Amino acid sequence: MSAATGTADTVAARPTDMVTAWARRNTWTIGLLGLLVALFAFTKLIQPTYGIGGIQGLAISVLPLAFAAVAQAIVVIAGGIDLSIGSMMALTSVISASLMQGQSDAFGVGVVVGVLALGLVLGSINGGLVVVTGVPDIIVTLAMSFVWAGFALLVRSGPGGQASPWLMSFVNGSLGSPWIPRAAIVIAVVVAVVWIPFARSKTGLSVYAIGSSRLAAFRSGVAVGRTKILAYALTGLFAAVGGIALTGSTGIGSPVPGPYTLESVAAVVLGGVSLAGGRGGVFGPIVAVLVLQIIQTDLTFLNVNSNLAIVAQGVILIAVVIFGSLVEMRRSRR
Amino acid sequence: MSAAVQAGTWRSGATWRNLFRDRPIIPLIALLAVLVVVIELASPGIVGPGWAGVIIRASIPLAILAGCQTLTMLTGGIDLSVGTTASMAGFVTATMVNSPGGVAQGIVIALVAAALAGLVTGIGVGVFRVHPLIMTLGMSFVVLGLSNVWQLQTVQTGAGVPPSLRTLGTGGFVELVPYSLIIFVPLMLLILVGLRRTGYGRLLYAIGDNPVAARLSGARSWQVLVVLYVISALLAAIAGFLVAGLTNTASVTLVESSLLPSVAAAVIGGTSIFGGRGGFGGTIVGALILTVLTALLTVLGLPEPTRQILFGAIIVIVAAAYARVTGEA
Repeated sequence: MSAATGTADTVAARPTDMVTAWARRNTWTIGLLGLLVALFAFTKLIQPTYGIGGIQGLAISVLPLAFAAVAQAIVVIAGGIDLSIGSMMALTSVISASLMQGQSDAFGVGVVVGVLALGLVLGSINGGLVVVTGVPDIIVTLAMSFVWAGFALLVRSGPGGQASPWLMSFVNGSLGSPWIPRAAIVIAVVVAVVWIPFARSKTGLSVYAIGSSRLAAFRSGVAVGRTKILAYALTGLFAAVGGIALTGSTGIGSPVPGPYTLESVAAVVLGGVSLAGGRGGVFGPIVAVLVLQIIQTDLTFLNVNSNLAIVAQGVILIAVVIFGSLVEMRRSRR
Repeated sequence: MSAAVQAGTWRSGATWRNLFRDRPIIPLIALLAVLVVVIELASPGIVGPGWAGVIIRASIPLAILAGCQTLTMLTGGIDLSVGTTASMAGFVTATMVNSPGGVAQGIVIALVAAALAGLVTGIGVGVFRVHPLIMTLGMSFVVLGLSNVWQLQTVQTGAGVPPSLRTLGTGGFVELVPYSLIIFVPLMLLILVGLRRTGYGRLLYAIGDNPVAARLSGARSWQVLVVLYVISALLAAIAGFLVAGLTNTASVTLVESSLLPSVAAAVIGGTSIFGGRGGFGGTIVGALILTVLTALLTVLGLPEPTRQILFGAIIVIVAAAYARVTGEA
């Protein structure tokens, strides 16, 4: 059906044309994937023992940030930005860890479902405030980051709680081949189940439309306000998934927001999502998170001062964005 | 519901609305006065010269940092690196106390380092057209990492906030007039006059209001932006000296927690994040409002979580009221 094709070009009849069209649309992500592969090869070169354990550790350590990046990507595509993602993750993580402590597995599943619903609510409140007040997204979500972090501190004043054992085994370890970490499967499944159908639906297209041009979307009959709230709600949902992943990978919940908000913005931009809105996807940001993490690992292997790793992260962020804007400039000049 | 009623009254008084739009500082000062009255009611006898001195002292670094945000926001940008730059400046000065040149050497080195960071940021934003949010975020990572490296280098030599900075941060002529005003008043006049009376100040507004029109009118926006981010970094460094003196601590993350309040202060003060509208006068009042608000929430004896929640909620409410009154975001 035509609805299923989404943004795909209907003119591209031959398979080769479709591949080239796809490649042209995803040049940035393909480039990032190439970089990731090169980095894996480089890691193996400098640290010949890097293998199953390294891959496992990588997948587990990127899990929360990967979901934060997906969350940020959705709202940035819709033309907004959410600076409360870190706080929402802290809140959902601390709630899930506190409720799961000493409870049965079945109760833990209920907690996960409840916390996911809570994420939708938190995101809807953010989005609703942005739409109703007319205050810029960055200001509303900045203020809400204090609110959600405050609620997280109300739930628990310090790190604590206990993740259900099944949740921890859910993200740790591997499935099938030891080369396939469970955490990677969790990311793939969650994104496949939520994002892909969404992006191909009419609503998903509306999200791209309001991010690309609010006015044009409005005149084409898109319910701009409702779509924006929906985008924020999805961001809240993925932030909640990130919070649960945080609980699952650390085993406890901490009310103090991690560095996820600003790092998710960095990952989103590296992942080829335009801060102006309307362009990009969630796959690029996930790859960007992997690239950032493996660079950090490499710097550790190379015995570089760990503080220089954060410098490297900043330099890479700036360099990649400058590279992107130079490419864009050349393209527009032609 | 109350919002709707409020909106009705605003609309009936179009003159009021115009007044607020043209002189946003008047309702802001009224809000500040209300907060002071509330804090006096909550804890009778607290408001006095000593209290005002404490509030002013705490507001000054925040106002300077919010000044960085105001200037960059006028051009449609933002500076997320002020927190790390300020911390770096305070920390570097503290580590240089025992150096041959003493405090002065430390301050000069810190200012040079900050200016370099600002220069790189400005080149990124102005020449390579990197989004200011990303450029300053990346620069904050770089500055933080380099400060950490510096910390490891100098940890043996011993660090302490120089007494002169401590006096500057905490002392005062009389209770009401802290020494830090010596630094702040000239800076304030420079920014206020600079924005209103100089060609450079008008260029900031022009670039933020309509970059294309500014370019067609012959403004070299890249030069303006490079200078702007250097100024912003220098201001941040000065704020860093004051915070280090005020708190008598030197840490590479000391001022980090003031980053988000500095953005909030500029926005509450009526500066538009989209550029072209706002000014430093409102920002100063915004910084005072946030400081008094924090003091009020503390006086009320509320626990930290509740304080944070109310702090965030009040920022949203003030910003929303502002958007409603002026009819623009």
